[in-house]
Amino acid sequence: MKLAIVGCGAVGSAVAELAGEYGHHVTALADSTSATVDSDGIDIAAALERKAEGQGVGTVDIDRALDAEYDVLVEATPTTLGDAEPGFSHVRHALERGSHVVLANKGPVAERYGDLRAAERESEGRVLFEAAVGGAIPVLSTIADLGPGNVTAVRGVLNGTANFILSRMSAEGLEYDHVLAEAQDLGVAETDPTFDVEGTDAALKCAILANVLGKGETTLADADVTGITDLTPSALDLATDDGRTVRLVGEVVDGDEGCAVRVGPRLVPENGTLAVTGTQNIVQLETRHAGQLNLSGRGAGGRATATAVLGDVGRLS
Amino acid sequence: MSEPADGAVSAYTVRLELVDEPGELLRALDPIANNGGNLLSIFHERGSLTPRGHIPVEVDLEATPERFETIVTALRDAGVNVIQAGAERYGEELSVVLVGDLVETDLSDTLSRVEYASASVADVALSAPAGTNKPASARLRLATQTGERDRALDTVRKVADEKDLLLVEPLVGADR
Repeated sequence: MKLAIVGCGAVGSAVAELAGEYGHHVTALADSTSATVDSDGIDIAAALERKAEGQGVGTVDIDRALDAEYDVLVEATPTTLGDAEPGFSHVRHALERGSHVVLANKGPVAERYGDLRAAERESEGRVLFEAAVGGAIPVLSTIADLGPGNVTAVRGVLNGTANFILSRMSAEGLEYDHVLAEAQDLGVAETDPTFDVEGTDAALKCAILANVLGKGETTLADADVTGITDLTPSALDLATDDGRTVRLVGEVVDGDEGCAVRVGPRLVPENGTLAVTGTQNIVQLETRHAGQLNLSGRGAGGRATATAVLGDVGRLS
Repeated sequence: MSEPADGAVSAYTVRLELVDEPGELLRALDPIANNGGNLLSIFHERGSLTPRGHIPVEVDLEATPERFETIVTALRDAGVNVIQAGAERYGEELSVVLVGDLVETDLSDTLSRVEYASASVADVALSAPAGTNKPASARLRLATQTGERDRALDTVRKVADEKDLLLVEPLVGADR
Protein backbone atom coordinates (compact mmCIF):
# COMPACT_ATOMS: atom_id res chain seq x y z
CA MET A 1 0.00 0.00 0.00
CA LYS A 2 1.07 3.58 -0.64
CA LEU A 3 0.66 5.80 2.37
CA ALA A 4 0.41 9.56 2.74
CA ILE A 5 1.05 10.60 6.32
CA VAL A 6 -0.27 13.96 7.48
CA GLY A 7 1.00 14.97 10.90
CA CYS A 8 4.55 14.26 11.91
CA GLY A 9 4.54 14.18 15.69
CA ALA A 10 5.34 11.07 17.74
CA VAL A 11 2.70 8.95 15.98
CA GLY A 12 3.11 10.21 12.39
CA SER A 13 6.88 9.87 12.45
CA ALA A 14 6.69 6.39 14.02
CA VAL A 15 4.26 5.27 11.29
CA ALA A 16 6.73 6.62 8.69
CA GLU A 17 9.62 4.75 10.30
CA LEU A 18 7.77 1.43 10.63
CA ALA A 19 5.79 1.46 7.37
CA GLY A 20 8.57 -0.23 5.35
CA GLU A 21 8.78 -3.08 7.84
CA TYR A 22 5.06 -3.72 7.28
CA GLY A 23 5.55 -3.77 3.50
CA HIS A 24 4.17 -0.31 2.72
CA HIS A 25 5.62 2.71 0.92
CA VAL A 26 5.30 6.23 2.23
CA THR A 27 4.69 8.43 -0.80
CA ALA A 28 3.96 11.63 1.09
CA LEU A 29 4.74 13.02 4.52
CA ALA A 30 3.54 16.35 5.88
CA ASP A 31 4.01 18.23 9.13
CA SER A 32 2.37 21.49 10.14
CA THR A 33 4.47 23.65 7.81
CA SER A 34 5.64 21.59 4.86
CA ALA A 35 5.55 18.30 2.97
CA THR A 36 7.69 15.95 0.95
CA VAL A 37 6.27 13.85 -1.87
CA ASP A 38 7.70 11.04 -4.01
CA SER A 39 5.56 8.43 -5.74
CA ASP A 40 8.47 5.95 -5.55
CA GLY A 41 8.67 6.33 -1.79
CA ILE A 42 10.20 9.22 0.13
CA ASP A 43 13.47 9.05 2.04
CA ILE A 44 12.02 8.79 5.56
CA ALA A 45 15.32 9.08 7.41
CA ALA A 46 16.26 12.25 5.55
CA ALA A 47 12.84 13.84 6.10
CA LEU A 48 12.83 13.08 9.84
CA GLU A 49 16.36 14.37 10.14
CA ARG A 50 15.35 17.66 8.56
CA LYS A 51 12.54 17.85 11.08
CA ALA A 52 14.86 17.04 13.96
CA GLU A 53 17.06 19.93 12.85
CA GLY A 54 14.13 22.26 13.24
CA GLN A 55 13.16 22.56 9.59
CA GLY A 56 10.01 21.24 7.96
CA VAL A 57 9.96 17.61 6.79
CA GLY A 58 10.08 18.81 3.19
CA THR A 59 10.06 21.79 0.93
CA VAL A 60 6.67 21.68 -0.74
CA ASP A 61 3.23 22.80 0.38
CA ILE A 62 1.09 20.53 2.60
CA ASP A 63 -1.65 20.32 -0.05
CA ARG A 64 0.82 18.49 -2.29
CA ALA A 65 0.82 15.61 0.20
CA LEU A 66 -2.99 15.43 0.17
CA ASP A 67 -2.96 15.32 -3.65
CA ALA A 68 -0.09 12.85 -3.93
CA GLU A 69 -0.40 9.28 -5.14
CA TYR A 70 -1.55 7.08 -2.23
CA ASP A 71 -4.00 4.33 -1.29
CA VAL A 72 -4.37 5.30 2.36
CA LEU A 73 -4.20 8.69 4.06
CA VAL A 74 -2.88 8.42 7.62
CA GLU A 75 -4.31 11.39 9.54
CA ALA A 76 -2.11 11.99 12.57
CA THR A 77 -2.42 15.74 13.13
CA PRO A 78 -3.14 16.93 16.69
CA THR A 79 -6.68 16.39 17.98
CA THR A 80 -8.84 19.50 17.78
CA LEU A 81 -12.30 20.01 19.26
CA GLY A 82 -15.49 21.39 17.74
CA ASP A 83 -15.17 21.34 13.95
CA ALA A 84 -12.14 19.02 14.28
CA GLU A 85 -10.21 20.98 11.67
CA PRO A 86 -7.92 20.73 9.81
CA GLY A 87 -8.11 16.97 10.36
CA PHE A 88 -11.68 16.63 9.14
CA SER A 89 -10.96 18.38 5.82
CA HIS A 90 -7.94 16.14 5.24
CA VAL A 91 -10.14 13.09 5.73
CA ARG A 92 -12.89 14.39 3.45
CA HIS A 93 -10.38 15.27 0.76
CA ALA A 94 -8.98 11.72 0.74
CA LEU A 95 -12.44 10.13 0.73
CA GLU A 96 -13.61 12.36 -2.12
CA ARG A 97 -10.86 10.98 -4.30
CA GLY A 98 -11.74 7.42 -3.30
CA SER A 99 -8.81 6.75 -0.98
CA HIS A 100 -8.97 5.03 2.41
CA VAL A 101 -8.31 6.92 5.65
CA VAL A 102 -6.73 5.73 8.88
CA LEU A 103 -7.01 8.16 11.77
CA ALA A 104 -4.88 8.52 14.86
CA ASN A 105 -6.52 11.94 15.35
CA LYS A 106 -9.51 11.64 17.71
CA GLY A 107 -11.19 14.91 16.72
CA PRO A 108 -13.15 13.92 13.58
CA VAL A 109 -14.33 10.63 15.14
CA ALA A 110 -15.33 12.08 18.49
CA GLU A 111 -16.73 15.42 17.35
CA ARG A 112 -18.09 14.81 13.82
CA TYR A 113 -18.92 11.13 13.62
CA GLY A 114 -22.08 11.65 11.55
CA ASP A 115 -20.25 13.80 8.99
CA LEU A 116 -17.38 11.33 8.91
CA ARG A 117 -19.62 8.34 8.19
CA ALA A 118 -21.60 10.35 5.62
CA ALA A 119 -18.40 11.20 3.75
CA GLU A 120 -17.37 7.54 3.92
CA ARG A 121 -20.71 6.37 2.51
CA GLU A 122 -20.21 8.49 -0.60
CA SER A 123 -16.69 7.23 -1.12
CA GLU A 124 -15.11 4.02 -2.29
CA GLY A 125 -12.66 4.47 0.54
CA ARG A 126 -13.11 3.24 4.11
CA VAL A 127 -12.32 4.93 7.41
CA LEU A 128 -10.63 3.13 10.32
CA PHE A 129 -9.40 4.61 13.61
CA GLU A 130 -8.16 1.91 15.99
CA ALA A 131 -5.29 4.18 17.09
CA ALA A 132 -7.70 6.82 18.38
CA VAL A 133 -8.76 4.69 21.38
CA GLY A 134 -6.29 3.06 23.73
CA GLY A 135 -3.16 3.35 21.56
CA ALA A 136 -1.85 -0.12 20.78
CA ILE A 137 -4.73 -1.91 22.54
CA PRO A 138 -7.04 -3.52 19.97
CA VAL A 139 -10.27 -2.13 21.40
CA LEU A 140 -12.22 -1.20 18.28
CA SER A 141 -11.29 -4.30 16.32
CA THR A 142 -12.37 -6.43 19.29
CA ILE A 143 -15.71 -4.59 19.40
CA ALA A 144 -16.07 -5.08 15.65
CA ASP A 145 -15.41 -8.81 16.07
CA LEU A 146 -17.88 -9.14 18.94
CA GLY A 147 -20.45 -7.07 17.08
CA PRO A 148 -21.22 -3.63 18.58
CA GLY A 149 -24.72 -4.79 19.51
CA ASN A 150 -23.24 -7.46 21.77
CA VAL A 151 -21.28 -4.95 23.86
CA THR A 152 -23.40 -3.49 26.64
CA ALA A 153 -20.82 -1.34 28.45
CA VAL A 154 -17.24 -0.24 28.12
CA ARG A 155 -15.21 1.19 30.97
CA GLY A 156 -11.55 1.76 31.33
CA VAL A 157 -8.48 3.72 32.19
CA LEU A 158 -7.85 5.53 28.93
CA ASN A 159 -5.32 8.20 29.77
CA GLY A 160 -1.76 7.26 30.69
CA THR A 161 -0.79 10.70 31.96
CA ALA A 162 -3.64 10.89 34.47
CA ASN A 163 -2.99 7.31 35.50
CA PHE A 164 0.71 7.96 36.03
CA ILE A 165 -0.12 10.95 38.24
CA LEU A 166 -2.72 9.07 40.29
CA SER A 167 -0.60 5.99 40.81
CA ARG A 168 2.43 8.11 41.85
CA MET A 169 0.36 10.25 44.21
CA SER A 170 -1.11 7.16 45.79
CA ALA A 171 2.17 5.23 46.11
CA GLU A 172 4.30 8.14 47.37
CA GLY A 173 1.76 10.32 49.17
CA LEU A 174 2.80 13.30 47.06
CA GLU A 175 0.75 16.35 46.11
CA TYR A 176 -0.77 16.64 42.64
CA ASP A 177 1.41 19.61 41.59
CA HIS A 178 4.57 17.80 42.63
CA VAL A 179 3.76 14.66 40.65
CA LEU A 180 2.60 16.68 37.64
CA ALA A 181 5.98 18.48 37.54
CA GLU A 182 7.74 15.12 37.78
CA ALA A 183 5.59 13.72 34.95
CA GLN A 184 6.45 16.75 32.82
CA ASP A 185 10.18 16.22 33.49
CA LEU A 186 9.83 12.60 32.41
CA GLY A 187 7.94 13.56 29.26
CA VAL A 188 4.87 11.66 30.48
CA ALA A 189 2.85 14.88 30.74
CA GLU A 190 2.83 17.72 28.26
CA THR A 191 3.67 21.32 29.14
CA ASP A 192 -0.05 22.02 28.99
CA PRO A 193 -1.53 18.89 30.58
CA THR A 194 -5.14 20.18 30.54
CA PHE A 195 -6.43 17.67 27.99
CA ASP A 196 -5.17 14.75 30.05
CA VAL A 197 -5.79 15.81 33.66
CA GLU A 198 -9.19 17.42 33.08
CA GLY A 199 -10.45 14.18 31.55
CA THR A 200 -10.98 15.63 28.04
CA ASP A 201 -8.79 13.07 26.29
CA ALA A 202 -10.47 10.14 28.05
CA ALA A 203 -13.90 11.64 27.28
CA LEU A 204 -13.06 11.94 23.56
CA LYS A 205 -12.10 8.27 23.53
CA CYS A 206 -15.34 7.38 25.29
CA ALA A 207 -17.32 9.46 22.78
CA ILE A 208 -15.66 7.46 20.00
CA LEU A 209 -16.58 4.21 21.78
CA ALA A 210 -20.17 5.41 22.18
CA ASN A 211 -20.31 6.26 18.47
CA VAL A 212 -19.01 2.84 17.55
CA LEU A 213 -21.55 1.12 19.81
CA GLY A 214 -24.23 3.02 17.89
CA LYS A 215 -27.55 4.63 18.86
CA GLY A 216 -27.14 8.22 17.86
CA GLU A 217 -24.15 10.48 17.72
CA THR A 218 -22.14 11.28 20.83
CA THR A 219 -19.67 14.16 21.15
CA LEU A 220 -17.56 15.58 23.94
CA ALA A 221 -20.43 17.93 24.81
CA ASP A 222 -22.61 14.92 25.75
CA ALA A 223 -20.08 13.58 28.24
CA ASP A 224 -20.15 14.17 31.99
CA VAL A 225 -16.49 14.88 32.73
CA THR A 226 -14.55 15.44 35.97
CA GLY A 227 -10.76 15.61 36.09
CA ILE A 228 -8.21 14.71 38.74
CA THR A 229 -6.74 18.12 39.56
CA ASP A 230 -8.62 18.47 42.86
CA LEU A 231 -7.52 15.12 44.27
CA THR A 232 -5.30 15.17 47.33
CA PRO A 233 -2.90 12.62 48.84
CA SER A 234 -5.16 12.39 51.90
CA ALA A 235 -8.15 11.44 49.75
CA LEU A 236 -6.06 8.73 48.13
CA ASP A 237 -4.96 7.53 51.57
CA LEU A 238 -8.59 7.21 52.65
CA ALA A 239 -9.24 5.06 49.61
CA THR A 240 -6.19 2.90 50.30
CA ASP A 241 -7.24 2.38 53.95
CA ASP A 242 -10.41 0.85 52.57
CA GLY A 243 -8.63 -1.51 50.16
CA ARG A 244 -9.32 0.72 47.20
CA THR A 245 -7.52 3.15 44.98
CA VAL A 246 -8.58 5.97 42.68
CA ARG A 247 -8.37 5.85 38.89
CA LEU A 248 -9.64 8.22 36.22
CA VAL A 249 -12.22 5.95 34.64
CA GLY A 250 -14.23 6.49 31.49
CA GLU A 251 -17.56 4.70 31.19
CA VAL A 252 -19.83 4.15 28.23
CA VAL A 253 -23.10 2.52 29.13
CA ASP A 254 -25.55 1.51 26.44
CA GLY A 255 -29.00 2.70 27.45
CA ASP A 256 -32.42 2.99 25.85
CA GLU A 257 -31.79 6.56 24.77
CA GLY A 258 -28.30 6.21 23.43
CA CYS A 259 -25.03 5.78 25.23
CA ALA A 260 -24.25 7.61 28.45
CA VAL A 261 -20.65 8.78 28.71
CA ARG A 262 -19.04 9.62 32.05
CA VAL A 263 -15.44 10.29 32.97
CA GLY A 264 -14.24 10.94 36.49
CA PRO A 265 -12.12 9.71 39.38
CA ARG A 266 -13.57 6.43 40.66
CA LEU A 267 -12.86 4.10 43.55
CA VAL A 268 -11.68 0.74 42.29
CA PRO A 269 -10.39 -2.28 44.25
CA GLU A 270 -6.70 -1.69 44.97
CA ASN A 271 -5.55 -4.91 43.37
CA GLY A 272 -8.42 -5.13 40.92
CA THR A 273 -8.25 -5.38 37.17
CA LEU A 274 -8.78 -1.68 36.57
CA ALA A 275 -6.07 -0.54 38.98
CA VAL A 276 -3.34 -0.49 36.34
CA THR A 277 -0.26 1.52 37.30
CA GLY A 278 1.94 4.03 35.52
CA THR A 279 1.10 4.88 31.93
CA GLN A 280 -0.70 1.57 31.28
CA ASN A 281 -4.23 1.67 29.94
CA ILE A 282 -7.00 -0.89 30.32
CA VAL A 283 -10.35 -1.33 28.65
CA GLN A 284 -13.05 -3.54 30.09
CA LEU A 285 -15.87 -4.70 27.81
CA GLU A 286 -19.16 -6.07 29.12
CA THR A 287 -20.66 -8.39 26.55
CA ARG A 288 -24.01 -10.10 26.18
CA HIS A 289 -22.68 -13.58 25.53
CA ALA A 290 -19.03 -13.58 26.47
CA GLY A 291 -18.95 -12.04 29.92
CA GLN A 292 -16.26 -9.50 30.68
CA LEU A 293 -13.22 -8.96 28.50
CA ASN A 294 -10.20 -7.03 29.75
CA LEU A 295 -7.69 -5.57 27.31
CA SER A 296 -4.65 -3.77 28.62
CA GLY A 297 -1.41 -2.37 27.30
CA ARG A 298 0.25 0.80 26.11
CA GLY A 299 -2.32 3.48 25.51
CA ALA A 300 0.07 6.07 24.12
CA GLY A 301 3.53 6.50 22.66
CA GLY A 302 4.61 6.87 19.06
CA ARG A 303 5.50 3.31 18.19
CA ALA A 304 2.71 1.71 20.21
CA THR A 305 0.09 3.90 18.53
CA ALA A 306 1.75 3.49 15.11
CA THR A 307 1.24 -0.26 15.53
CA ALA A 308 -2.53 0.29 15.70
CA VAL A 309 -2.37 2.59 12.64
CA LEU A 310 -0.46 -0.01 10.65
CA GLY A 311 -2.89 -2.70 11.82
CA ASP A 312 -5.71 -0.67 10.27
CA VAL A 313 -3.69 -0.22 7.07
CA GLY A 314 -3.28 -3.99 6.97
CA ARG A 315 -7.05 -4.44 7.26
CA LEU A 316 -7.51 -2.23 4.20
CA SER A 317 -5.03 -4.15 2.06
CA MET B 1 -53.78 -17.72 66.98
CA SER B 2 -52.89 -19.74 63.91
CA GLU B 3 -50.40 -18.57 61.30
CA PRO B 4 -51.78 -17.98 57.80
CA ALA B 5 -50.51 -20.45 55.21
CA ASP B 6 -48.33 -17.81 53.52
CA GLY B 7 -47.39 -16.15 56.76
CA ALA B 8 -43.77 -17.24 57.06
CA VAL B 9 -41.71 -15.10 59.37
CA SER B 10 -39.32 -12.67 57.61
CA ALA B 11 -36.84 -10.10 58.76
CA TYR B 12 -37.76 -6.44 58.38
CA THR B 13 -35.95 -3.18 58.88
CA VAL B 14 -37.81 -0.14 60.12
CA ARG B 15 -36.26 3.31 60.14
CA LEU B 16 -37.71 5.63 62.71
CA GLU B 17 -37.21 9.24 63.63
CA LEU B 18 -37.40 9.92 67.34
CA VAL B 19 -37.63 13.15 69.24
CA ASP B 20 -34.77 13.50 71.71
CA GLU B 21 -36.84 13.03 74.87
CA PRO B 22 -36.82 10.45 77.69
CA GLY B 23 -39.06 7.44 77.06
CA GLU B 24 -39.27 7.98 73.31
CA LEU B 25 -37.43 4.79 72.39
CA LEU B 26 -39.58 2.67 74.68
CA ARG B 27 -42.72 4.25 73.25
CA ALA B 28 -41.52 3.23 69.79
CA LEU B 29 -40.71 -0.35 70.75
CA ASP B 30 -44.00 -1.10 72.53
CA PRO B 31 -46.12 -1.36 69.35
CA ILE B 32 -43.61 -3.87 68.00
CA ALA B 33 -43.65 -6.19 71.02
CA ASN B 34 -47.41 -5.79 71.56
CA ASN B 35 -48.18 -6.91 68.00
CA GLY B 36 -46.11 -10.08 67.88
CA GLY B 37 -42.89 -8.72 66.41
CA ASN B 38 -39.64 -10.32 67.50
CA LEU B 39 -36.97 -7.64 68.01
CA LEU B 40 -33.61 -8.56 66.49
CA SER B 41 -31.58 -5.40 66.92
CA ILE B 42 -31.85 -1.72 67.55
CA PHE B 43 -29.32 0.58 65.98
CA HIS B 44 -29.10 4.09 67.21
CA GLU B 45 -26.78 6.22 65.10
CA ARG B 46 -25.13 8.20 67.81
CA GLY B 47 -24.49 11.82 67.13
CA SER B 48 -26.29 11.95 63.83
CA LEU B 49 -29.54 13.80 63.35
CA THR B 50 -32.13 13.65 60.60
CA PRO B 51 -32.72 16.85 58.57
CA ARG B 52 -35.58 17.62 60.95
CA GLY B 53 -33.21 17.48 63.89
CA HIS B 54 -34.53 14.17 65.17
CA ILE B 55 -32.63 11.01 66.06
CA PRO B 56 -32.56 8.24 63.47
CA VAL B 57 -33.09 4.75 64.84
CA GLU B 58 -33.06 1.57 62.88
CA VAL B 59 -34.88 -1.47 64.17
CA ASP B 60 -34.53 -4.99 62.80
CA LEU B 61 -37.35 -7.34 63.63
CA GLU B 62 -38.97 -10.61 62.63
CA ALA B 63 -42.67 -10.99 61.95
CA THR B 64 -45.14 -12.45 59.51
CA PRO B 65 -46.10 -10.07 56.69
CA GLU B 66 -49.55 -9.51 58.25
CA ARG B 67 -48.18 -8.77 61.68
CA PHE B 68 -45.56 -6.48 60.19
CA GLU B 69 -48.28 -4.35 58.58
CA THR B 70 -50.11 -4.18 61.90
CA ILE B 71 -46.86 -3.11 63.62
CA VAL B 72 -46.22 -0.26 61.15
CA THR B 73 -49.81 0.94 61.53
CA ALA B 74 -49.55 0.75 65.31
CA LEU B 75 -46.29 2.72 65.26
CA ARG B 76 -47.85 5.46 63.17
CA ASP B 77 -50.94 5.46 65.39
CA ALA B 78 -48.67 5.93 68.38
CA GLY B 79 -47.26 9.05 66.74
CA VAL B 80 -43.89 7.56 65.88
CA ASN B 81 -42.44 8.84 62.61
CA VAL B 82 -41.70 5.82 60.41
CA ILE B 83 -39.35 6.91 57.65
CA GLN B 84 -39.13 3.58 56.01
CA ALA B 85 -40.43 0.10 56.53
CA GLY B 86 -39.70 -2.88 54.37
CA ALA B 87 -38.70 -6.49 54.17
CA GLU B 88 -35.39 -5.55 52.65
CA ARG B 89 -32.51 -5.40 55.00
CA TYR B 90 -29.59 -3.23 54.01
CA GLY B 91 -28.29 -5.39 51.23
CA GLU B 92 -25.68 -3.20 49.60
CA GLU B 93 -22.77 -1.13 50.72
CA LEU B 94 -20.98 1.57 48.87
CA SER B 95 -18.05 3.77 49.68
CA VAL B 96 -17.49 7.27 48.38
CA VAL B 97 -14.74 9.81 48.97
CA LEU B 98 -15.48 13.51 49.13
CA VAL B 99 -12.75 16.13 48.74
CA GLY B 100 -13.04 19.85 49.37
CA ASP B 101 -14.02 22.28 52.05
CA LEU B 102 -15.96 19.77 54.11
CA VAL B 103 -16.09 21.73 57.32
CA GLU B 104 -17.11 25.02 55.74
CA THR B 105 -19.86 23.24 53.81
CA ASP B 106 -21.22 21.60 56.97
CA LEU B 107 -20.25 17.95 57.02
CA SER B 108 -23.03 16.96 59.40
CA ASP B 109 -25.61 18.47 57.05
CA THR B 110 -24.00 16.53 54.21
CA LEU B 111 -24.33 13.31 56.22
CA SER B 112 -27.93 13.99 57.24
CA ARG B 113 -28.98 14.57 53.68
CA VAL B 114 -27.35 11.35 52.55
CA GLU B 115 -29.06 9.50 55.40
CA TYR B 116 -32.40 10.89 54.43
CA ALA B 117 -32.04 9.26 51.02
CA SER B 118 -32.55 5.73 52.29
CA ALA B 119 -28.90 5.19 53.08
CA SER B 120 -27.38 4.62 56.45
CA VAL B 121 -23.96 6.14 57.00
CA ALA B 122 -22.15 3.14 58.44
CA ASP B 123 -18.75 4.73 58.77
CA VAL B 124 -17.06 8.08 58.28
CA ALA B 125 -13.30 8.57 58.03
CA LEU B 126 -12.11 12.14 57.89
CA SER B 127 -8.70 13.39 56.89
CA ALA B 128 -7.87 17.05 57.24
CA PRO B 129 -4.16 17.82 56.92
CA ALA B 130 -3.38 19.84 60.04
CA GLY B 131 -2.29 23.44 60.08
CA THR B 132 -3.06 24.16 56.45
CA ASN B 133 -5.87 25.52 54.39
CA LYS B 134 -5.73 22.49 52.18
CA PRO B 135 -8.92 20.69 51.29
CA ALA B 136 -10.11 17.94 53.59
CA SER B 137 -11.31 14.53 52.52
CA ALA B 138 -13.85 12.13 53.93
CA ARG B 139 -14.62 8.55 53.13
CA LEU B 140 -18.21 7.54 53.74
CA ARG B 141 -19.34 3.96 53.88
CA LEU B 142 -23.04 3.82 53.12
CA ALA B 143 -25.38 0.93 53.65
CA THR B 144 -28.39 0.97 51.37
CA GLN B 145 -31.28 -1.34 50.83
CA THR B 146 -31.11 -3.62 47.84
CA GLY B 147 -32.06 -1.63 44.78
CA GLU B 148 -31.62 1.73 46.52
CA ARG B 149 -27.96 2.10 45.70
CA ASP B 150 -28.48 4.33 42.67
CA ARG B 151 -30.87 6.57 44.54
CA ALA B 152 -28.41 6.99 47.40
CA LEU B 153 -25.58 7.72 44.98
CA ASP B 154 -27.70 10.27 43.13
CA THR B 155 -28.27 12.12 46.38
CA VAL B 156 -24.55 12.14 47.15
CA ARG B 157 -23.92 13.52 43.64
CA LYS B 158 -26.46 16.26 44.16
CA VAL B 159 -25.11 17.30 47.55
CA ALA B 160 -21.49 17.21 46.30
CA ASP B 161 -22.39 19.28 43.26
CA GLU B 162 -24.26 21.84 45.33
CA LYS B 163 -21.42 22.17 47.85
CA ASP B 164 -18.73 22.14 45.16
CA LEU B 165 -17.08 19.02 46.56
CA LEU B 166 -15.17 16.57 44.42
CA LEU B 167 -16.93 13.21 44.58
CA VAL B 168 -14.99 10.02 43.97
CA GLU B 169 -17.65 7.45 43.23
CA PRO B 170 -17.34 3.72 43.39
CA LEU B 171 -17.32 2.09 39.99
CA VAL B 172 -20.54 0.24 39.40
CA GLY B 173 -20.28 -3.17 37.82
CA ALA B 174 -16.52 -3.42 37.63
CA ASP B 175 -14.46 -6.33 38.92
CA ARG B 176 -17.34 -8.60 39.62
